[in-house]
Amino acid sequence: MFDPLALAVALPLLGALLVTMLPGWSRALGMLTALATTVVALWLTVTVWGGASLHSDLGGWGVPLGIALRADGLAAALVAMANLVALAISINATGYFGTAESSRKFWPLWLLLWSALNGLFLAADLFNLYVMLELLGLSAAALGALTGTREAAEANLRYLLVGLLGSMTYLLGVALLYTAYGTLDLEQVAASLTPGPVALSALALMVGGLLLKAALFPLHFWLPPAHANAPAPVSAALSALVVKAAIYLVLRLWLDLFDGIVTEAAGMLLGLLGAGAVLWGSWRALRAERLKLLAAYSTVAQVGYLFMFLPLLTATPDGPERERLLTALVLLALTHGFAKAGFFLAAGLVQKSTGHDRIRELGGAAQSLPAATFTLGLAGVALIGLPPSGTFFAKWVLVGQAIALGQWWWALVVMAGTLLAAAYVFRVLARAFNREPTPKCFLTDPRTEIPALLLAALSALGVGLAAQPIAVLLGAGD
Amino acid sequence: MNLDPYLPLAIVLSSALPGALIFFLGEDSYRLRTALNLFGALLKIILVGWMIWGVFHGHVYESRLTLMPGLELVLSADALSVLFVALSTVLWLVTTIYAIGYLEHSPNRSRFFGFFSLCVSATVGIALSGNLMTFVVFYEILTLATYPLVAHRGTPDADHGAKVYLAYTMSGGVLLFVGAVWLQTLVGQLTFTQGGLLGAAPEALHGQFILIFFLLLAGLGVKAALVPLHGWLPQAMVAPAPVSALLHAVAVVKAGAFGIVRLVYDVYGVEFADDLGLLTVLGVLAATTIIYGSLKALSQDGLKKRLAYSTVSQVSYIALGASVLGPIATIGGLVHLVHQGIMKITLFFCAGNYAETLGVHKVSEMNGIGRRMPWTTLAFTVGALGMIGIPPVAGFITKWYLGLGAATAGAYWVIVVLLVSSLLNAAYFLPILYRAWFRPPPDQWPEEAVLSKRLETAPALLWPPVVTALLAVVAGLLAAAPFSPLEWATLIAEREYGR
Amino acid sequence: MSHEILITQLLYGGAGLLFFLLGVWSFISHEPLWRKLIALNIMGAGVFHVLVAVAYRGLDAPPDPVPHALVLTGIVVAVSATALALAFGRRLDREDSERTPEVQGVDDREDGTHV
Repeated sequence: MFDPLALAVALPLLGALLVTMLPGWSRALGMLTALATTVVALWLTVTVWGGASLHSDLGGWGVPLGIALRADGLAAALVAMANLVALAISINATGYFGTAESSRKFWPLWLLLWSALNGLFLAADLFNLYVMLELLGLSAAALGALTGTREAAEANLRYLLVGLLGSMTYLLGVALLYTAYGTLDLEQVAASLTPGPVALSALALMVGGLLLKAALFPLHFWLPPAHANAPAPVSAALSALVVKAAIYLVLRLWLDLFDGIVTEAAGMLLGLLGAGAVLWGSWRALRAERLKLLAAYSTVAQVGYLFMFLPLLTATPDGPERERLLTALVLLALTHGFAKAGFFLAAGLVQKSTGHDRIRELGGAAQSLPAATFTLGLAGVALIGLPPSGTFFAKWVLVGQAIALGQWWWALVVMAGTLLAAAYVFRVLARAFNREPTPKCFLTDPRTEIPALLLAALSALGVGLAAQPIAVLLGAGD
Repeated sequence: MNLDPYLPLAIVLSSALPGALIFFLGEDSYRLRTALNLFGALLKIILVGWMIWGVFHGHVYESRLTLMPGLELVLSADALSVLFVALSTVLWLVTTIYAIGYLEHSPNRSRFFGFFSLCVSATVGIALSGNLMTFVVFYEILTLATYPLVAHRGTPDADHGAKVYLAYTMSGGVLLFVGAVWLQTLVGQLTFTQGGLLGAAPEALHGQFILIFFLLLAGLGVKAALVPLHGWLPQAMVAPAPVSALLHAVAVVKAGAFGIVRLVYDVYGVEFADDLGLLTVLGVLAATTIIYGSLKALSQDGLKKRLAYSTVSQVSYIALGASVLGPIATIGGLVHLVHQGIMKITLFFCAGNYAETLGVHKVSEMNGIGRRMPWTTLAFTVGALGMIGIPPVAGFITKWYLGLGAATAGAYWVIVVLLVSSLLNAAYFLPILYRAWFRPPPDQWPEEAVLSKRLETAPALLWPPVVTALLAVVAGLLAAAPFSPLEWATLIAEREYGR
Repeated sequence: MSHEILITQLLYGGAGLLFFLLGVWSFISHEPLWRKLIALNIMGAGVFHVLVAVAYRGLDAPPDPVPHALVLTGIVVAVSATALALAFGRRLDREDSERTPEVQGVDDREDGTHV
């Protein structure tokens, strides 16, 4: 009964039902669920870290009809990150959605999103992945529109439609695979997959659909307005977690399912799109007028880095180099998750206390909110890729492997991206230095500041130095 | 329990942890902040003393953290790192005391002292780095920790200066990063090794090694202010005086110069670098920088700007020493790492005192200042004479060894550079001394403040320059004593050349 | 017998693919929300068609239950998504009709939906 896999998905779902039925208690019940889910998720990660590969069939139906869940190292690493970030967002949200009405609207959707997220990381078959993907997309779009502004509604309608287009395309790929191989279980399909037109079409459809959801340049157009107009805790979840989920799925397909099918040319294509994302996203972030828009474009750029790993992974044969590359990729994804969530929460604080987030006019705000500024700084360290953040070591491995493979152009992209990121981060941080009166104390609103600060500190100081345990975790589930 | 593996880490953390705590202190917690600052500085001195004793008795100190195969953070103590660590630790204590006196009434002190501590932690990390990756890590952290110090005042000038600083150092950092990564793909590991880590490098790779050398040199040259990468240094002069002192004598510029020394001796190996023809390039760059900096210093009326260009010039003596093959020149370069630090920090403290006490910022305002502030001006005089290279101040030792080394190696053009630069040094320092001591003082100073009843200025401002000036003389007089900078430099040079 | 199954599957599956492509084309080339929404539903119908065709195992044999389960779940998901999109659309429309007269002062719409 106490199966961490099932609990990680079921608990937030149960919580979502409860807060819907008892809206008056939504905040207390929501926080309780958040805590319990995080504990379960960490328990799951530790179990996998200890060397166990978890697997469970809900309801005992088994393949092919049942709902199978499974956790390997990759899944466990992302689950741990996602749940810690989600917990921090929940704590922040108790302050942000302070009124009874906003709280009643937020919690059911948020817990539903959380359940879908865990389900997506842990699902073991292609169709469950689809269901979780849709659930994630629907709850994310609804959450994103909670501010109630016209811009938010428009942006999220577009997000919803694009997401649906992506998942329908993915589903057609799944149908093709089922037609050819008669199973949906990831491992079974991977074992029987042979190169050919069916496999290639399925690859193109599924990955193509997911690229829309992952906002890979030039399919990123929906992301900046949707992420910039959502309430800050939701923006944090969208940028740090929801986009990551789609990328996780691409990675899953790329590494596990289509391992023998993917060609270097395909990898190169995605890598080039990633490079485009790094340059274009960073450039737009530099030009952005608003803090949250800057953060959203920075997500576009960071997604690009993750895709730049794919051509290198495809070209590197199995062995220690490939494992190192994979560790670096996960390191980057985790660091960005923590950093971007912290960044958005801090941006939300700035927006709430000043009533706007126009970067030009932030001078006084930066001075009167030292904790928020500090959070932006720490998260900025991780976004630029300065040491000792995980991004730094990930870029070290990325550039090293690119040079070793003779694909030196990725190194140039990383250099340019790093400098652009430094420029856009310090454009914000420079506002912190002016001659406004000094604040008397560091924290002004602990409930919203401490979670953001902890997330940012984890991204800048924690994840990078913990690279070795993460590598152990990634090796454990295989 | 064997504590040896934790000592290098403890030395880095002894300032990083108090620094991190200081960020969270309220602005008014003056006592607690000062206590934390001094506690960190003193603890660091004790730990470094322990380490010097240990290194001398053959202990090996190494803290190691493996991240991934081939990616290791290593802090370890060899003779060269001890030289730099000891310098920054001692000067940091002095600078902290000075900064406490200097910034007592200015806003945002918690932020300032937090980053101040991080800055020295990064410097010590650079000194103790056992491999190139660790070096790059701390080198970048240093960039990050010094930016807020340069921007601290918050004026448009400070904003601009900090931006320029950041643009230079970040670009340099990226080049250094790529160079280091590239080098690792060729040789596998990056552990600093006496005589060079490249081992028997195949002929076919020499082209790449040369290219990598220039990438790394560009990254290091930015902080070391090698011409033409020096543009940020005069701009960064907008920072408060203790920051200038720290930047020029302890941390940033020194870190770049130290990196060049590491690059030549412990990455490429001085003989291999010479084989590739890299030493000549480095020598020409250093010589150009020395002459150019001195020439620019001549025409500066702002005292701090003049000192800044003097730094541009003086720090390149270290690179010049590294670029001449032979142990004697090496000793000259290494010992200047310490000597320049002590002398330049004295000069910046004095400049800060003039500005704080009398509102004097320009050379042309310094007439008769020696009568109003004799102790400060005496310290300034010692520093200036040392920079010119007049015995018995420490600067003389440097120039003596550099000249001797150049003569031994047959590089007579270096001697010409030394002579010209010494003349130029005299030309921009002696007029200041003349004004200060022999011209009559004005009726009124630009902005006079009474900071002390008995002394010429506040005690926390007066003692640091006096102490460092004394150190500069002692380092020159007792150069032959055991544990003197010269002795350590000789030890390092002997090991490098395998005697 | 198997021949007949194959033909049926190809026919339905091919039609499903055609539907899907039509939907994609319509989604990309038409601006109004409701057309995009219908396009998405047509795409969905196409995928479901393919799945139902896969499930077919002859007139007298029971169909493969897995694709049917998928289609049922898929329809539920598609309906919810459509509902959410329509809710968004209604919201935007309502705001438009509240806002347009204020901002523009005159009615410049041809269909007069602002009333």
